[in-house]
Amino acid sequence: MSEKNIDEITGVSTTGHEWDGIKELDNPMPRWWLWTFYATIAWALAYTIAYPAWPMISSATKGVLGYSSRQELATELSVVAASQAELRAAIAEKPVEEILADETLRRFATAAGAAAFKVNCSQCHGSGAQGSAGYPNLNDDDWLWGGDIETIRRTIAHGVRFAGDDETHFSEMPAFGEILSPLEVRQVAAHVASLTGTPSDAALAEAGARVYADNCASCHGAEGKGDIAFGAPNLADAIWFYGSSEAEIAAQVRTPRHGVMPAWQARLGDATVKQLSVYVHSLGGGE
Amino acid sequence: MKFGTEIVLVGLAAFGALAAAGLAQDSAFQAHMWILFFVLLGSTVVLMRKASFAPAGAASIPLRADTAFYMDGPVRYGVIATMFWGIVGFLVGVTVALQLAYPDLNIEPWFNFGRTRPLHTSAVVFAFGGNALIATSLYVVQRTCRARLFGGNLAWFVFWGYQLFIVMAATGYLLGISQSREYAEPEWYVDLFLTIVWVAYLIVFLGTIFKRKEPHIYVANWFYLSFIVTIAMLHVVNNLAVPVSPFGSKSYSLFAGVQDALTQWWYGHNAVGFFLTAGFLGMMYYFIPKQANRPVYSYRLSIIHFWSLIFLYIWAGPHHLHYTALPDWAQTLGMVFSIMLWMPSWGGMINGLMTLSGAWDKLRTDPIIRMMVMAVAFYGMSTFEGPMMSVKAVNSLSHYTDWTIGHVHSGALGWVGMITFGAIYYLVPKLWNRERLYSLRLVTWHFWLATLGIVVYAAVMWVSGIQQGLMWREYDEQGFLVYSFAETVAAMHPYYVLRALGGGLFLIGGFVMAYNVVMTILGYQREEAPIGGNVTPLAPSLQNAG
Repeated sequence: MSEKNIDEITGVSTTGHEWDGIKELDNPMPRWWLWTFYATIAWALAYTIAYPAWPMISSATKGVLGYSSRQELATELSVVAASQAELRAAIAEKPVEEILADETLRRFATAAGAAAFKVNCSQCHGSGAQGSAGYPNLNDDDWLWGGDIETIRRTIAHGVRFAGDDETHFSEMPAFGEILSPLEVRQVAAHVASLTGTPSDAALAEAGARVYADNCASCHGAEGKGDIAFGAPNLADAIWFYGSSEAEIAAQVRTPRHGVMPAWQARLGDATVKQLSVYVHSLGGGE
Repeated sequence: MKFGTEIVLVGLAAFGALAAAGLAQDSAFQAHMWILFFVLLGSTVVLMRKASFAPAGAASIPLRADTAFYMDGPVRYGVIATMFWGIVGFLVGVTVALQLAYPDLNIEPWFNFGRTRPLHTSAVVFAFGGNALIATSLYVVQRTCRARLFGGNLAWFVFWGYQLFIVMAATGYLLGISQSREYAEPEWYVDLFLTIVWVAYLIVFLGTIFKRKEPHIYVANWFYLSFIVTIAMLHVVNNLAVPVSPFGSKSYSLFAGVQDALTQWWYGHNAVGFFLTAGFLGMMYYFIPKQANRPVYSYRLSIIHFWSLIFLYIWAGPHHLHYTALPDWAQTLGMVFSIMLWMPSWGGMINGLMTLSGAWDKLRTDPIIRMMVMAVAFYGMSTFEGPMMSVKAVNSLSHYTDWTIGHVHSGALGWVGMITFGAIYYLVPKLWNRERLYSLRLVTWHFWLATLGIVVYAAVMWVSGIQQGLMWREYDEQGFLVYSFAETVAAMHPYYVLRALGGGLFLIGGFVMAYNVVMTILGYQREEAPIGGNVTPLAPSLQNAG
């Protein structure tokens, strides 16, 4: 009997059961396994004494350390808030020009503005503020509405063509497809393209210069340098909003697209708008 | 007519589906009922054309075994279904991985990530894993009880009913029908049907145990039974819901707020614990001793680790809700139970690996054993990683990141996948009465493709997950977050491409297995040199010297 229940290879006895040819050895549980198991149980008990754990009738044990995850979060937030309180108060109080002039405030506002930008602005302007078709690049010095700190602040606070804000920037280029003949549109597009040296039909462009002077110069300027008073883009630089080809320019002449930017003052508050202004001003094109 | 009752019942069910399509309150339910109608109509036609309960494509499967002592028909079908759904699941997995890397691959509305992701998880967990568990449990319980399956054709109902559940779940996801509970997305009417199938499964399994000829119940059956019983309980409680209409696809959970969240993770974590751990431990406890031809290492260890595992696992769910609205005390308990779970989980690993004592040389010559050992190694790795990630300090970094995805996949691909592949390679020659597999060399190919795929997958997800966690929590010296969420997403792109590569390797391995299995079933044997060369026995002089 006992000989039958010994595994030949290991010399360990089996339990004597057999299922479909499978036997079981009667090895003890490995000691390291058992002791580690006990240790985790002991640790678990100790942990439940130290921290909130055991449910009672109407609440749970609080734990001898008095830990609470809500309290931990509140403490961490209040520490950060306290360390920033002075700077935040100064930013709320001072006009944006003074924030820019003060080295400490400027550094803080730039960091705060960068964080706010990632959450609120990067969706359209890109996480590097590089813009995309229809959304301005904020890293260059080509400003539609002006690049001094106060104008930037006004643009962010009140938006562009934003219906719910009385102080929003507003101007709309007429749809010249209803004013000019198709030939004139092609001529003026050729002229505008020639301002930045893009190859085009010289005769077409020359005729376009007259159309331009009669119809476009009042807003975009005689030399096509644009006018921030109307948010009229500079046409003489290599920075394009809706594309640089003659066809794209002609399309914009015929039926212009008018982008909208929301007014952020009501949503983000005065201080955050100031911080965003300082950050955008710092990107490279601030005047 | 041999299956008169079945034909009438399936035909009536088809009519019922047609009526439900007519009475439908929403277009998704209507489309779903039309699908059900055509599936059931097709089944009725197939049944009527066959004298036996065998659907299309069954011609190559010998029927004589069903009159033999053991009932292996549903097991054979189950093995084929496991392979089929496995490949579907891996394929959808690679697809969703590519969708994450290249968002343009989201094709509205049926194939966007929100619908393909549950399609992937359900296909691999429930269709691949579920079929593997049902098939192997029905095979193992008969052998280890020396009894034919209880309930006659009930086992066939379990098999076909489960396939219908899978089809209804999958088509529902693509139609946009989902109750948005993770790993329990099917809506109320599919849940009700699964409950019926599952109870039938329990009856077949338990009935077979009751009529066993062995005095004791084998350890594999403890694990299988705990899996079947607990999944029934989890499924019923988690899916308690009130339908908007008896002919509508929408329902509302009985629970609300944080109670609902906790119910979902009590279910979700124990789907991992009892479906993917306990069930597959049952598989391991039969197929490793059989393939190695060695006794189980320790009976005592199997008792203690079984009871401690099933007792502790059920409490660990709250660790999925660290730092949420869940009260601190529940978070603490979720964490400490997870820590205590470490050794009970490792008990299975020890018993699996140590069963090979005296047979370690087989690792060199038997790629099936190698596959099973790799499975147990990944099991050990991920059951250490799990408790570690449940520690709140670690979780605050790892939670919501790809690290979790990597953890799940080292368990799912490494443990569940590999042990299933091993079991399939063991079963196929036996079930189809073949002398051996078509090719052991192809098993080696599968082993390396799968292993490499898992290693790439898990390593990439560790790196991306930790990077993601660190980027989310990085503050500058002024106290402001450094990265926008979109920047952290953009940073993941190269990892997502590599992840798809790892998954692709695993998928190719699946195709290699399918080819090997099909050739074996068809009765071919590949001419090839034995693995490990021609093993020469130790020289007598050496043996004598020892």
